[in-house]
Amino acid sequence: MDRLKLVLQYFQSNSESISNGICIVLALISVKLYTSFDFNCPCIPQYNKLYALGVMFVPPLIFFFLGILVNRHTGVMMEEWLRPIGKRSKNPAIVKYMFSAMMQRALLAPMVWILVTLLDGKIFICAFSMSVDPNLVHYNILTWTQTQTLVLMAKVPCKEDMIFRNSTFRKAVSRYVRCYSQAIGWSILLFFILLGALGRLIKPCFDDHATNLQTRYWSNYLDIEQKLFDETCVLHCRDFARKCVVQFFEGMREDTVLRLPLSPEVRYRGEEDMVDQEEERLHGITKQEQMDQLLQTWFQCKPELDKSCSSEYLNMLGFRLASFA
Amino acid sequence: MDKFRMMFQFLQSNQESFMNGICGIMALASAQLYSAFEFSCPCIPEYNYAYGIGLLVIPPIWFFLLGFVLNNNVSMLAEEWKRPTGKRVKDPTILRYMFVSITQRSLIAPMVWISVTLMDGKSFLCAFSVNLDIRQFGNSTLIEGMTEVEIVKLLAKIPCKNIFDQPEVISREAASRYIKCISQAFGWVFLLMMTFAAFMIRAIRPCFTQAAFLKTKYWSHYVEIERKLFDETCKEHAKTFAKVCIQQYFESIRGDMSSFHKHRSSKDDSDHDDDDDKKSDEDKLLGIRDQDDMNKVLWNWHTCKPPLALRKEQPDGESHEGLIPNGDVHGVSGGPNGYANGHAPDLPKREWAVYYSKV
Repeated sequence: MDRLKLVLQYFQSNSESISNGICIVLALISVKLYTSFDFNCPCIPQYNKLYALGVMFVPPLIFFFLGILVNRHTGVMMEEWLRPIGKRSKNPAIVKYMFSAMMQRALLAPMVWILVTLLDGKIFICAFSMSVDPNLVHYNILTWTQTQTLVLMAKVPCKEDMIFRNSTFRKAVSRYVRCYSQAIGWSILLFFILLGALGRLIKPCFDDHATNLQTRYWSNYLDIEQKLFDETCVLHCRDFARKCVVQFFEGMREDTVLRLPLSPEVRYRGEEDMVDQEEERLHGITKQEQMDQLLQTWFQCKPELDKSCSSEYLNMLGFRLASFA
Repeated sequence: MDKFRMMFQFLQSNQESFMNGICGIMALASAQLYSAFEFSCPCIPEYNYAYGIGLLVIPPIWFFLLGFVLNNNVSMLAEEWKRPTGKRVKDPTILRYMFVSITQRSLIAPMVWISVTLMDGKSFLCAFSVNLDIRQFGNSTLIEGMTEVEIVKLLAKIPCKNIFDQPEVISREAASRYIKCISQAFGWVFLLMMTFAAFMIRAIRPCFTQAAFLKTKYWSHYVEIERKLFDETCKEHAKTFAKVCIQQYFESIRGDMSSFHKHRSSKDDSDHDDDDDKKSDEDKLLGIRDQDDMNKVLWNWHTCKPPLALRKEQPDGESHEGLIPNGDVHGVSGGPNGYANGHAPDLPKREWAVYYSKV
């Protein structure tokens, strides 16, 4: 239980961790879905390949779209890409960085599905059993016609068929195709791992590390800024609603004397700081039109990243630099 | 047990997460119901199709309606739709947004049922076994000897292993495999289409109307929060109203002499506390002390909602109830959330603060 809590806390600690966590969960779901899916090869020459390749490639597409959908950064990236320039200049490197990070995360679950299908081999057997030459497994069917051979080979993936009383032939063909499938699976895995390793090792030679740090910082900043804006809107919404309700009740009072239930001095003294805090939280936005204007401007014309209030920012940046190094 | 409690706590931490939790639970219930359900195809030519397709289509409709029933926001949507305009203009985009988000959540459990049914293949097999081309799977010499009716009856028996009695005419396994594979193909294509549609809506929408979307999102959450706060205010008012009513009743029963004595003694000892209590009660009543007044308040809340424009506060005594910032109820207590803040100071604030954070 404690370990689970620790793991959850770690993943919830920052936005990138959350995305990584979701990515891993999708990959696990992909494996679970494969094991629980009842693969049902039609064993008919015309349909085998279509069915098998469909099952191998359609679920990865679905997982890819899902991976993009559940990623929070998709929205942030699209908004940053599409917003009008306003007072804040656009940096295409940030959008590119966010796009590549999003793609990498979204591609994990599809790759896991494809690798699992290749390593398991059922789908390959279903698709390519007809392409095997029966003589290769030392089985003589000289008297059979081409079509009959094809029909026979197409039935290899299906164990229940009566035709395979002597099942050594069927097992031999299955083993042969499965070994091809596993070889391809392992090669692909090896290839991607090599690619990843090379990329990690060689990239720093070509990239400007400082620009990289900046890009990472600002893309993280955009994410946090959007989150904070949403939270501020929610808090403002709550205060606005509360004040509206209270003013409605006050407006309904018939008796004007009761508008001032306590003596003014007492109330003023006691609640002055509360009034100030309340007003501060509303930020002066007290009308529907003002709020609409604020939201419109937030999108149309994001505020500039003021470099003059830089001492705190520089400190923060210095801290980030230290943690990257 | 611990795990359930933790999950429950996490789900209840904010409203949207709670609705997502309900959504997820319904999807799991849908999958579980399918596996627990004992599918028994009638294997009679006239009823196969109805049974098979009925099982594919009717439970999703039921889950969809259940999703609407379990969603709290449906009554809020209906109220916002039906209220008279009053002083506040109605915005159709807000209604559309609320309706769309409720519908999106309710569609998940039906989708799960349909996908699971299609992947499993039994209902497709039951519905379409009669439409099979028997020459593709059967022994043509034996088939020619049979009448149309007999062929159809035989095909209808394919889904039922126990009563299929002519394996030499047609291979039951080959035929059911074929139909099952078509069913699974439909299932995957259905899933792909739904995911693609969701992808287009979610990822491509920012290309259009992003600013309008921010507005709509804000005001629809505002409607929900306002309704909740109004209910809380009414509850607090009812409590205080009842309390004052009962106090006044007791005082009137006791008679003048006793109340005079009590007043004098309490003046010496706990005058201050008593006065404070009475003042806070007065605050909480917000000036509404009458059944007719309260009825008028409730009536007007629906028929004539106030405009979304707050009045400027006067420093000399306009009421400030309900503006407790952080749940610190020292000093001047009172306000509609007085009790709520007293009990759980941090919880309401955090609830709203993470409202938006969609992962």
